[in-house]
Amino acid sequence: MEKEFIKLFELFIAASVINNFVFTRFLGLCIFFGVSKKMETAIGMSITFTSVMVVAAALSWLVFYYIMVPLEITFLKIIIFIGIVAAFVQASDTIMRKVSPGLYYKLGVYLALISTNCIIIAVPLINTGEKYNFLESLSFGLGSGIGFAIALTVMASIREKLELADVPRPFRGMPIAWVTTALISLAFMGFSGLITL
Amino acid sequence: MDHEEKISYLQLIKNGIFKENTIFRLVISLCPSIAVTNSVRNGFLLGVAVLFVQSMVNATVALLRKFIHPRIRIPIFMLIISGWVTFVDMIMAAYARAAYKEIGLYIQIIVAFASILARAEMFASKNRVVPAFFDGLGSGLGFLVALVLISFFRELLGKGSVAGIPIVHAKPMLIMILPTGGFLVVGLLMGFFNWIDMRFYGGKGAGGAGGH
Repeated sequence: MEKEFIKLFELFIAASVINNFVFTRFLGLCIFFGVSKKMETAIGMSITFTSVMVVAAALSWLVFYYIMVPLEITFLKIIIFIGIVAAFVQASDTIMRKVSPGLYYKLGVYLALISTNCIIIAVPLINTGEKYNFLESLSFGLGSGIGFAIALTVMASIREKLELADVPRPFRGMPIAWVTTALISLAFMGFSGLITL
Repeated sequence: MDHEEKISYLQLIKNGIFKENTIFRLVISLCPSIAVTNSVRNGFLLGVAVLFVQSMVNATVALLRKFIHPRIRIPIFMLIISGWVTFVDMIMAAYARAAYKEIGLYIQIIVAFASILARAEMFASKNRVVPAFFDGLGSGLGFLVALVLISFFRELLGKGSVAGIPIVHAKPMLIMILPTGGFLVVGLLMGFFNWIDMRFYGGKGAGGAGGH
């Protein structure tokens, strides 16, 4: 039991900092650069993304092992996973609008953006590719959600300062954000070797 | 007539490569621009995959545009895209095994590329099959060129070779083939193109918008 737990914890740490999706696997960059301009939006996105990620990981695991494997249609996993994510995002959008308009007003925008985030489709693919069990998939999903949140908040805090800096004109906006990310990812390399799976 | 059409097809392609280059100008679909560009071969392969998927998706969407109800178009587009991605995924897995091990995940992730959905939505759903196909070709070529360019610099500086052929015999800068180098090269290239645009074409410098 204890070994199980340690394995889960290791997966969580590995997904969130060591193999951080943004800095070492380069996924979710689109959203990462899109919403990291302000701290407020970054935090909103982080919360929405992490919760959607965990549910999506769980849902896709269940569908994969209880529907797709018995029917032997695992070769359709790309189509089915993107379908699950899109349907779930759409559903939670509708539910949130009805149940809690206040929350929807704050986080609804990010929800619509999430379906274009590569991480959300990569995590189910990796989960089934690596044959993680249900709990492992959950903790991997949670880890990658938190990892993305860390990346987003770090970046947002830097970019808010960058607004005041005197950047050469051609580099304003996106280019300098990329160079900054390069430096952050250099720092994140320090985590490699923290845990070996 | 014939001549005119040729020019407009050429323009569609040029538009995709220069004016609306997916990575450097529109700044979308960035994930693979770093992930697979540590060698020219990988960058080229993914570029070809995207080129193919983009053209075929555009053609399919244009072909079916009369039958797709506007309100459910996005899920339908996603289905078409994922169908073609699965096709490419299987072909790659069968015929390019060594490369597939490295870039397989990113091939599958073409599904979530905003650029492909955007072209289908903005162009293919309103145009006939042939122009839509050429639009996809142009946009895909732009992506391919960008990937090859990035991977050229990264492989040259990081391994001292181009497409596996050793060229420089100095000690390579390992950092260039690590993730950091990818971010750095893309950032610098983007800045460089903005500079060209400002200096010679009087542009205001794109890349500020940043989508997904």
